[in-house]
Amino acid sequence: MTSVQVIERHDLDALFDALAQDGHTIIGPTVRDRAIVFDEIRGVADLPIGWTDEQDGGHYRLRRREDEALFGFAVGPHSWKRYQLPPQVTLWQGRVDGQGGITEITPPAPDERRYAFIGARSCDLHAIGILEHVIGQTSQPPFIVAVQCAQAGGTCFCVSMNTGPVATSGFDLALTEAIDGDRHHFVVEVGSDAGERVLAKVPHREATDGDQDEAKAIHAHTASQMGRELDTSGIKELLYRNFDHPRWDEVAGRCLTCGNCTMVCPTCFCTTVEDVTDLDGDRVERNQLWDSCFTVDYSHIHGGAVRGSSRSRYRQWMTHKLATWWDQFDSSGCVGCGRCITWCPVGIDITEEARAIRATEGSPDAHN
Amino acid sequence: MRTIDEEITDSPIFAGLERAHLELIAGCAQNVHMSEDTLLVREGDPANVFYLIRKGRVALEVNSPARGALLIETLSPGDAVGWSWLFAPYRWQLDGRTMESSDLIAFDGACLRGKVEQDHELGYQLMKRFAANVVDRLQATRMQLLDVYGQVGV
Amino acid sequence: MVPEPLDPASMIPEPFEVLSTRQDTRDTWTLSLKSCDGRPVPFEPGQFMMISAGGAGEVPISISGDPDEPELLVHTVRAVGLATEALCSAKPGRILAGRGPFGGSWPVAELEGMDVVLAAGGIGLAPLRPAIVALLARREHYGRLVLLYGGRAPDQLLYGEELEAWAARRMEVHITVDSAGPEWLGHVGVVTRLIARAKVDGPATAALTCGPEVMMRFTVAGLRDTGVDPDQIYVSMERNMQCGIGHCGHCQFGPSLVCRDGPVYRWSEVEPWIGIREL
Repeated sequence: MTSVQVIERHDLDALFDALAQDGHTIIGPTVRDRAIVFDEIRGVADLPIGWTDEQDGGHYRLRRREDEALFGFAVGPHSWKRYQLPPQVTLWQGRVDGQGGITEITPPAPDERRYAFIGARSCDLHAIGILEHVIGQTSQPPFIVAVQCAQAGGTCFCVSMNTGPVATSGFDLALTEAIDGDRHHFVVEVGSDAGERVLAKVPHREATDGDQDEAKAIHAHTASQMGRELDTSGIKELLYRNFDHPRWDEVAGRCLTCGNCTMVCPTCFCTTVEDVTDLDGDRVERNQLWDSCFTVDYSHIHGGAVRGSSRSRYRQWMTHKLATWWDQFDSSGCVGCGRCITWCPVGIDITEEARAIRATEGSPDAHN
Repeated sequence: MRTIDEEITDSPIFAGLERAHLELIAGCAQNVHMSEDTLLVREGDPANVFYLIRKGRVALEVNSPARGALLIETLSPGDAVGWSWLFAPYRWQLDGRTMESSDLIAFDGACLRGKVEQDHELGYQLMKRFAANVVDRLQATRMQLLDVYGQVGV
Repeated sequence: MVPEPLDPASMIPEPFEVLSTRQDTRDTWTLSLKSCDGRPVPFEPGQFMMISAGGAGEVPISISGDPDEPELLVHTVRAVGLATEALCSAKPGRILAGRGPFGGSWPVAELEGMDVVLAAGGIGLAPLRPAIVALLARREHYGRLVLLYGGRAPDQLLYGEELEAWAARRMEVHITVDSAGPEWLGHVGVVTRLIARAKVDGPATAALTCGPEVMMRFTVAGLRDTGVDPDQIYVSMERNMQCGIGHCGHCQFGPSLVCRDGPVYRWSEVEPWIGIREL
């Protein structure tokens, strides 16, 4: 698919209409509760028009832009994970008989909804792929309209993780927003046959060389603006060598084990299971819920928790994300989206922790 | 602060050794300082060193996954930490952790092991003392095991 | 390491009926189950099921039955919390929900020709029982079969009559307890002391051990001192297993998922990780 087209801003609603007509439930970014979150949206008017986000460690604010860009922001607290692995899933329902036995175990009807994701960033496309590799395909594959980031977020480091800023695959259509005074259009790359078919229902024209050069310049500019950096060379071995590094004690002094990072991370996949009976005690439901390795109960075995200290739990999360994920799933678990840094109430920065361990490894203070 | 020679001469574990042996042992010794809550020795590691506590305290522990570090016994100034350097398979059987900031004398157990192979009189004297230490601790452990406070009429 | 694709059916349990129960100790019961549709549950020694009773929660329990009799699912359960208490109080006729079998197994077939030492601590005998039964069923393929079994006290030992039956079938059975009253005529002392008593011939021996982790660590050290190869020592690791199929993340032990790569491991696989505190 090498066809590159242009959709004018005023024609973009036709894309939503085409997807809705095909029976898709459209999910995209929208402003709610002073953040840009993902929700069901119907058209361009629901997008965060003219908004941008200001992000840093433990800091997230929305600010008005000077222009009316539709996608002039990075990523917010939601990720597409909530559609691949919903926060709560009913595994089965059953009845409890008079003797406390379980009968009529019935799985729920499958979710037949077909999603269309509008505004998926490159980091998140990688995350979708990583999560799918871990848990398999759990629902109908979504139609994906990616957006190439026109600016990096304050905590972004996709360049370090080789996950952006430019998406090169994993989408049906990819938009690069170009806005300059009155001129406002989207350079569109087609990524699949399905994308081609949907695009056919949206007014568009062929992209000129000038359009494509402008898009490339936007991509290059974004790549130069990364808010953070992570040196990934030998990182698995680095972390495997440093389970006793005193840095873990240092970060434990700050980490609240609130688990925000695991909630916002687009690849964290841990779940737990809960049996719920109704008040009469004759119906039972088993639900699968998001869980976090930061809870004390997470590692509970008879006698207590294996990871009782916050030190061990932070170490587990970071080592899993950057190191053991490689041994388990043949990739990194981190896509450099920066959410964990932004949404940590105390601003713990995974890139800074990795840097500190690498820098002080082997020093007199580094061995207990 | 007393010298290593003075500490060794006065310590219960080396009491009564002849001058030449004391000097030999002092020659394998050096002062070390460990801050609080430092893992001194680790279960399973080769035991090539042993310690005398000058100041501070050391906890002997066994690590368990769900219950964390299980405290076996605490050692105080004047106590020797470690006999595994002298008895095969020369591996630490427990974890040792400083409970407070501690000053210790560290002895090169691997070197002393070599020396006692040649000097059997030294070997006999050290064996006597460390074996007595083991007997002492074993008796104490047996009493601990009886859980005398937990049982009525014992 | 490529993950297994998630099969949603493996999260849906089947109904099992309790055929009989037997109280083994003050807090341990052995349940015999059969699947309600009459189908056998073939399993390898060392595998486990995820079982629940009446909405009280699901727990992993090792299968303790005879692998040659898969129509009967046998579980020895210790009542330590809500879910296990519900299982232990289940009466014959009660319907439980079960998923599995999951996990890897004791490599019984690979040990042919060797002496096999089984070292069990406390309820650790329950996951080893199918291995014992399988070894005795093909007795002539193995050298010495030695069971070293340590418990807290005489009234906490499992499978009493069976221990005698096994001893009668050319398995050397050594039992010890940590403490006992004067009516106990057997050994008192930790299970590692039985290794020397059994005169284990290290290089010719493979060992299977299961019990509290501290017990397994010291047992392995004792076995290695007699010359047993760490590649020929198998342990059963315990972590919080919830889904049983390697997807919920809870049972991680370093890079390994205990429900899927274990619970049975070679000691040489476990050794680099087991010393890391709170891993």
